[in-house]
Amino acid sequence: MSPDITPTSTASATVRSAGAVMPARHYLNEQGGWASWLLTTDHKRIALLYLFSITAFFFLGGFFALLVRLELLTPGGDLMTSDVYNRAFTMHGVIMVFFFLVPSIPATLGNFLVPLMVGAKDLAFPKINLLSWYLYVIGGAFAIAAMIGGGVDTGWTFYTPYSSMASNSKVLTGAIGVFVSGFSSILTGLNFIVTIHRMRAPGLTWFRLPLFIWAHYATSLIMILGTPVVAITILLLAFERVLRVGIFDPTIGGDPVLFQHLFWFYSHPAVYIMVLPGMGVISELVAGFARKNIFGYSFVAFSSLAIAILGFLVWGHHLFVAGETPYSALVFSIISYMVAVPSAIKVFNWTATFYKGSISYETPMLYAFGFVGLFLVGGLTGLFVAAIGVDIHVHDTYFVVAHFHYIMVGGTLMAYLGGLHFWWPKITGRLYPEGWAKLSALIVFVGFNLTFFPQFILGYLGMPRRYHAYPDEFQVLNVMSTAGASILALGYLLPMVYFTWSWKKGKIAGDNPFRAKGLEWETTSPPPTFNFDRPPVVTEATHSYAHQEARVV
Amino acid sequence: MSDGAIAHAGGDPAPHAAAHPRLAHHFDTLGQQKDAASLGMWVFIAQEIMFFGGMFTAYLVYRMWYPAGYAAASNELDLVLGGINTAVLIASSLTVALAVHAAQEGRQKQIVWYLVATLLLGVVFLVIKYFEYESKLHLHPAHHAAANVRLFPMAGWFHVDGELVPVANEMRLFMVLYFALTGMHALHMIVGIAILLVILWMARKGAFTPRWYTPVEIFGLYWHFVDIVWIFLFPLLYLVNRHH
Amino acid sequence: MDATLRQEEHEHEHVVPKSLYLTIFGLLMVLTAATVGLAFVDLGVMNIAVALAVAVVKASLVVLFFMHVKYSSRLVQLVVLASIVWLLILFGITLSDYITRGWLVAPPIVR
Repeated sequence: MSPDITPTSTASATVRSAGAVMPARHYLNEQGGWASWLLTTDHKRIALLYLFSITAFFFLGGFFALLVRLELLTPGGDLMTSDVYNRAFTMHGVIMVFFFLVPSIPATLGNFLVPLMVGAKDLAFPKINLLSWYLYVIGGAFAIAAMIGGGVDTGWTFYTPYSSMASNSKVLTGAIGVFVSGFSSILTGLNFIVTIHRMRAPGLTWFRLPLFIWAHYATSLIMILGTPVVAITILLLAFERVLRVGIFDPTIGGDPVLFQHLFWFYSHPAVYIMVLPGMGVISELVAGFARKNIFGYSFVAFSSLAIAILGFLVWGHHLFVAGETPYSALVFSIISYMVAVPSAIKVFNWTATFYKGSISYETPMLYAFGFVGLFLVGGLTGLFVAAIGVDIHVHDTYFVVAHFHYIMVGGTLMAYLGGLHFWWPKITGRLYPEGWAKLSALIVFVGFNLTFFPQFILGYLGMPRRYHAYPDEFQVLNVMSTAGASILALGYLLPMVYFTWSWKKGKIAGDNPFRAKGLEWETTSPPPTFNFDRPPVVTEATHSYAHQEARVV
Repeated sequence: MSDGAIAHAGGDPAPHAAAHPRLAHHFDTLGQQKDAASLGMWVFIAQEIMFFGGMFTAYLVYRMWYPAGYAAASNELDLVLGGINTAVLIASSLTVALAVHAAQEGRQKQIVWYLVATLLLGVVFLVIKYFEYESKLHLHPAHHAAANVRLFPMAGWFHVDGELVPVANEMRLFMVLYFALTGMHALHMIVGIAILLVILWMARKGAFTPRWYTPVEIFGLYWHFVDIVWIFLFPLLYLVNRHH
Repeated sequence: MDATLRQEEHEHEHVVPKSLYLTIFGLLMVLTAATVGLAFVDLGVMNIAVALAVAVVKASLVVLFFMHVKYSSRLVQLVVLASIVWLLILFGITLSDYITRGWLVAPPIVR
């Protein structure tokens, strides 16, 4: 069963539901009961388990963001003490980074789609996949326990010696949570690497793979090579908390900056774990809704690998003012400039794909547009901070905060929402309501910019991050930012409502409502438990639109 | 990259009706399944290398800073026990490799014997380790005053011939890393032994044939990795400046 | 398709002879003795280099022969190589900070 070559059509990817059929038996209803979900080894069900828990953590992290923004409405530290504020922004960061952003796309969309896109019946190690979800949940339980116990106040970065020697917050509990969730990530990456190498359908060579797969492969490399380093570092921090002596202890000759080196060795590549899958999603959305192959497929594919590799060589740019030597700072700065190149290549190629494409403006495409624009701003401001001279002034100010939120929220979160909308019909067999979805996308875009653009200005003007009080002259911009955050929150709540509604009440989608290309669209919506009624055999690039075939360069 | 692209002939809707009982439903052939398991273990080992790597990095930094402290602390370690342990682990790598070999040739009794030998050698290693640790760890009820007096020489004292000898700060850094590195290694040994017990039980039931012995091979890879970590730990911890 | 035939096609069917395992074991023991012996010889700053070199040789023997990497696919060999490279990246670039500390000394403050 090979993918069809649909003749050139200038018609948009308008959703059709007339005559659409949902199969009688599929992965959602083939088995019922709690045990069939909590002990499942079906990658699609595990993806939904993750979707549920990740969404819960997203709103928890958002709640802490709300606390932070409420405090910052006024210049004085009046809503909460500085100690409570420290805990608020720390919990926001820890939850959003480790329990939302890192797993978000890979554990939900990746788990669901990787086997489908390569034409396999499941991931290579289904039981390990389930284990990874339980590890995530256990890690999350520790994070919640830390929260209930009063939270952590060190910042999500857990810097020593404050975290190891001075803080009297729940550092140990929080650290254990992060440690355990790290292994969830490692196992996910392991599963993807083996699946992509060993379980591709006949005829599916590397250069016929969807760019979503390339992106997840590169992400998995980072998960495997980077995560264990932060795991051992957090463990060493935990030992130091318990034993009251450790290797970061300056009173015995230890170097607290060593913690920063080891921490950022993972945490910088981690930001690529967070953004690469988003880029993979965007490549699919742009191709699908411009009805055109991605321009320069192999460049985009290789750029994912380049980002993964170069991303490991730049971590010291987080230590420019921490005491690392100017010589090593110089090396880190130069390579940080280099790592922007493959990202830029992707942006150029997506843009070139838009050019002369037949573009339709369904919700996923709106999110894709949002991503390209906002990631561009976030990425360019990354170059600002990669310059040592500039970073000396803007480090630990709101400039940096705005920079990374443009990428994480304007980038990754938009891609996540875009991907959820695009593949929602495949996952559930039903369509989301397009009107409400478009409205939400617009609200998100407006809210996002109102929240975070003022923060660039605030940072440039000198407002430090992680402070609960600030000089009066910064109030207007802070009020704008908080107002934006409220709008943003609405933009995130609406999809919760309509996705939940559509689960039972949405229009039946049919196999391929967007008339998109890809092995996942060659099976029913929702798919059967073993994905394909007959195993696919691939004869052309799986995401080949119109007459253009992806050629191996 | 032609690396095991899967050949699958056509659309047989029930290809597993007559399949090997050990073939999982999502794989097409035992060969594919074994390649996947093997690659999976290697990827896991890759992350383990980075896991230990973090501690080795700390070791390198502080060795550079405190060569005298490292030498002094290293000389307090028992070279004989460390050397014996090295030989024990290398021997256990031999026995597990021979167990895999026996499985490839279908010699059921040999599989069991070599696995038992591996298990015994692993236990010997841990017992020796226990005695090494024991000589370093003491409760000092007479010295409650200091905050972290209770256990380790990291806390500031060695127990030498019934006397308490204060430990220099730089030696304490070494000792923290010594316990962290060897402790993490020992933990990996314990997990390995637990898995080995399961595989031994399977071997005794005759589960392994030349067509399917994947668990033995995969376990072997893990065990060899744990041996390799020790191969590096031994000189770095026990052999610092022994020539004075 | 005959699953037995498939099993035999892929790389792991190379059976390493017992004698080779025993030889490697012997080499490893000799190298262990050597590393202990050399530790008692004053080679100055080369002591650590020699000790590490011996350890690398021992580890290579285990990887290539006991772990069959010599007979494994290119992919497995690439995984091994990549791990080592990444370890060296971690060590090397971290040390690049520590080694260059003290190279740049602030000029004395003249009052």
